[in-house]
Amino acid sequence: MMNATELESKARWVWRETLKLHALCQETRIASSLSCAEILVALYYGGVLRFDPKEPLWEGRDRFVISKGHGSISFYPILADLGFFDPAELQRPGLPGALLKAIPDPHIPGYETVNGSLGHGIGVAAGMALGLKAKKSGSAVFVLAGDGELYEGAMWEGVMFAGHQRLSNLCVIVDNNRQCMLDYCRNVLDLSPLGAKFEAFGWEALEVDGHDLGALLPALESAKRLGRKKPLVIIANTIKGRGVPNLEGQPLCHIFNVKADDVAKLVREESR
Amino acid sequence: MNTMRDVFISALCDRMADTDSVFFLSADLGAPALDRLRQQHPERFINVGIAEQSCINTATGLALEGFNTYAYGIAPFISMRCLEQCRVNLALTNVVRPLNVTMLSLGSGLSYDISGPSHHCLEDISLMRTLPGIEIYSPSTLGQARALCARTLETSAPRYIRLDGKPCPETLGGGAPDFDKGFEVVREGTGPTIVATGYMVRTALAAAELLKNDVSVRVVDVFRLDHLDDDAFCDAVSGGGGLLTLEEAFVGCGGLDAFVNQSLAAKGLRLTLRHMGMPRSYEYSNGDRHHLHKANGIDADSIAQAVSSL
Repeated sequence: MMNATELESKARWVWRETLKLHALCQETRIASSLSCAEILVALYYGGVLRFDPKEPLWEGRDRFVISKGHGSISFYPILADLGFFDPAELQRPGLPGALLKAIPDPHIPGYETVNGSLGHGIGVAAGMALGLKAKKSGSAVFVLAGDGELYEGAMWEGVMFAGHQRLSNLCVIVDNNRQCMLDYCRNVLDLSPLGAKFEAFGWEALEVDGHDLGALLPALESAKRLGRKKPLVIIANTIKGRGVPNLEGQPLCHIFNVKADDVAKLVREESR
Repeated sequence: MNTMRDVFISALCDRMADTDSVFFLSADLGAPALDRLRQQHPERFINVGIAEQSCINTATGLALEGFNTYAYGIAPFISMRCLEQCRVNLALTNVVRPLNVTMLSLGSGLSYDISGPSHHCLEDISLMRTLPGIEIYSPSTLGQARALCARTLETSAPRYIRLDGKPCPETLGGGAPDFDKGFEVVREGTGPTIVATGYMVRTALAAAELLKNDVSVRVVDVFRLDHLDDDAFCDAVSGGGGLLTLEEAFVGCGGLDAFVNQSLAAKGLRLTLRHMGMPRSYEYSNGDRHHLHKANGIDADSIAQAVSSL
């Protein structure tokens, strides 16, 4: 497990690597991949998840379901770094025969489910959590969901189901960047108060700064605390396109690209 | 007479005593046999509520954890309300991570006759056929339903099983179904062939009986709709006369008719063809199944007439 300084440094590395991937494959969704970088670092380097890169489907692993597929390109460098696949794959996203696509799929070791279509993660993860309970497994199920995909009704069917079944081994992390594709969520369909909505369905809700590793870690660790009775949602407030001036604060940043030259400049400046 | 759903669920309930790998999910749909199952195996029965998307998603998650999972719902809803979940979480996922999930779709075709068109299910064969990797079964008898239950316990796949809602006979004269072959000849004949599926096999047999003094009609029951032994099928239907397909589904939309055409084309077998089923419009008029069949030209008399003019 890493200390706080090492975690911060790893998060910056993930930010740079994600931008470099985007420079190589402009079809990747960069803004929503940057909002969840610290969440992923906390889960994989902060000692939260149990995993085995050499045996990605190891029975004793904690399950990590990525629901917001497009916005998880920042997971690629992490998986490569941990040994889930050859880091050389990071140099050829989207090329014929390459492992990594603009939208991930479960052929990539470390991805559990199909995720390009939004709104599936909570329901499928609830089934996994139920199955693990039936097997009397100590493994937990974590889900990374976007706030925008909570517009899909099937997500709330899953929320209702998990609450009723008291799936205390389930934790949903909402990458709450408060933007969907065309606008801020508050202008499209306001999702607030998000935590109260989950609580009304029988969940425990926590709200944290999703870029603050010091706040994220205890919240994520609490998901695995023994004796919990309810599923947990962690609403991680984030910034879409974080750290990239042309993306932050742009209503349309989901579909904005950062050109290779700009990526090089950003990475150079950040590395100083 | 018993129903397919009760025979299937009853057989499953008996086998659940010997295995802890089964979960049965219902989208708030019951059955007498299900009352026994949920009493005897309360920890393995879950009513997910009137929520077919949740039913398929939950089934997927359980299957990813190694469980053999059944998702039971009313035909038009367990096939179409959650078609996206079937595509992404069953068909697409199964390519990478094999899943054992059986959709039990109750009320095929016009089973829910007087409930009207929201409950009629005339699209499911066509839609499910477009999803690679989903096995599709359309039994015509209790014996086939029972054999299908055994298959779901002995093999692993995502499957769609189309169960008729009304009581049906134990057998129509065929033997144990061979699911690798996908069909059986239930009435031998030397003239034209009626190829039918599900409930309509009985209508086909009735039409053949009406014509017995004039023409010797062969009746073929196709009980699997994603896979057919083309050699055996073409051999079975090539002995004289034309071929008429009959389904309680929209005709000309990629259902049994297209499935049979594909098999004939694969073997280069040229026959005079006619496709019969529900015309491509929704049936709002009232009346029981027999009435609806007559009104739409797929009752035994109409079929007999069509066969004799092939």
